[in-house]
Amino acid sequence: MKKYSVFSLARNALDYHENWTEAWRSPEPKPEYDVIIVGGGGHGLATAYYLAKEHGITNVAVIEKGWLGGGNVARNTTIVRSNYQLEGNAFFYEKGMDLWRDLSQDLNYNVMFSPRGVINLAHNDAQVDAFQRRGNTMRLNGIDAEWMTVDQIKKKAPLLNTENMRYPVYGGLCQPKGGTARHDAVAWGYARAADDRGVDMIQNCEVTGMRIENGKILGVETTKGFIGAKKVGVAVAGHSSQVFQMAGMRLPIETHLLQAMVSEPVKPALDTVITSGAAHCYISQSDKGELVFGGDIDFYNSYAQRGNYPIIEHVVTAMCELFPAFSRLRLMRTWGGVMDMSMDGTPIIDKTPIDSLYINAGWCYGGFKATPASGWCFAHTIAQDQPHDLSSEMRLNRFETGHTLDEKGVGSTPNMH
Amino acid sequence: MLIKCPWCGDRALQEFSYQGDATVQRPAEPAEPTDAKWDDEWYQFVYLRDDPKGWHDELWQHNLGCRKHFKARRNTVTHEIADTGPMNEELKGGDK
Repeated sequence: MKKYSVFSLARNALDYHENWTEAWRSPEPKPEYDVIIVGGGGHGLATAYYLAKEHGITNVAVIEKGWLGGGNVARNTTIVRSNYQLEGNAFFYEKGMDLWRDLSQDLNYNVMFSPRGVINLAHNDAQVDAFQRRGNTMRLNGIDAEWMTVDQIKKKAPLLNTENMRYPVYGGLCQPKGGTARHDAVAWGYARAADDRGVDMIQNCEVTGMRIENGKILGVETTKGFIGAKKVGVAVAGHSSQVFQMAGMRLPIETHLLQAMVSEPVKPALDTVITSGAAHCYISQSDKGELVFGGDIDFYNSYAQRGNYPIIEHVVTAMCELFPAFSRLRLMRTWGGVMDMSMDGTPIIDKTPIDSLYINAGWCYGGFKATPASGWCFAHTIAQDQPHDLSSEMRLNRFETGHTLDEKGVGSTPNMH
Repeated sequence: MLIKCPWCGDRALQEFSYQGDATVQRPAEPAEPTDAKWDDEWYQFVYLRDDPKGWHDELWQHNLGCRKHFKARRNTVTHEIADTGPMNEELKGGDK
């Protein structure tokens, strides 16, 4: 791998940038691998990278039905945070924050991690109480959290409307070390770094079946033929139910669709991330200048990567209430992605009842920020054949045993998490 | 998306709320309530879903209209609705 640096940039400028090598190879699949990762999204690629880097397992293939990073890692709103209350979640996401901070250096790829702060707005007394409690819990867990008054928020985001609205802003809980990262670069950076350590990226190759004998997985049937594997890890959020159906498993997951959108690009106007759970809107500004925002899922089961207009209208209405100045902007693009909504709003990283088959699923709409931590823990789970300490409560059987991790406490209603 | 309420006819999506999978069945009460099989049936009823990619029988409520619950057979890829009907009737249509 040619290292990216200011010197390589200058060197390549001399021959008009015509001699950059490809970021990763495109090999044909070998007959057998030590580990196959199904799903070439952020989580699958991160898993492959940490398998090679942390566990020395390099005979690995990532199998992707489309192109690398073409699913949810390309469709999210790029927000990175770890403001969780339950210990089973908090330390896992905080590990992610540690990895995010050094990720660009680690991968030799600029993921543009920008810890610009994430502010959750409170719009009534009950929310103030709940957010302060959350902040206190976070601080007890060693995670940064700061209560902000309306004046402090106004100073940070001058265009934010806090008074002239149906539900005025009472304050907000800020995680100063949260922020955003360039989503595509995360996928590409992990792919390039994993490839450099010998991992094969097999694109345009859909898994069509699983070969399981005597309760052990032997490999996967694909559109490029059978590929054998000692271990198979599946990280295909959005389609987990479909892929595990091939292994005869039903999951505590429903697939739902989430929309997001961007405005036309404008000069810097918002240098933090503002979220309002009450108004159903979260918004940040990309480095290109587009305002990136989203809100609720569409509430009904769906595998369509596109949604309905009422939700777009709902999100835009909320955004215009929070930032009246942005009502003049044109909407440039809207899109949708499909996600695993788990029954308690928490992901699953675990072994399965089938020997040597591993599951990474149920990310609801919080998968992007977890990409490094998810890869870290899933790689450990696959390599050691047991869950990592940080994901030890994210078990597949927690619903059966009554150990659900329900951050919001809304029960088995996937579309409410 | 237009949804046909069995009592009110075609109405806009905003008038409805989604109430989940219509195929899961509440387990019948067993003779012995400590039956482990009953635990498993409840686990499956509360938590496990087929989550099909294609035709899906589901529950909706016309909550900004007549407020009645009804069943719909909707395609989770195209969002096409093949049939809607009262809770006690079988749905038709779709490739199911």
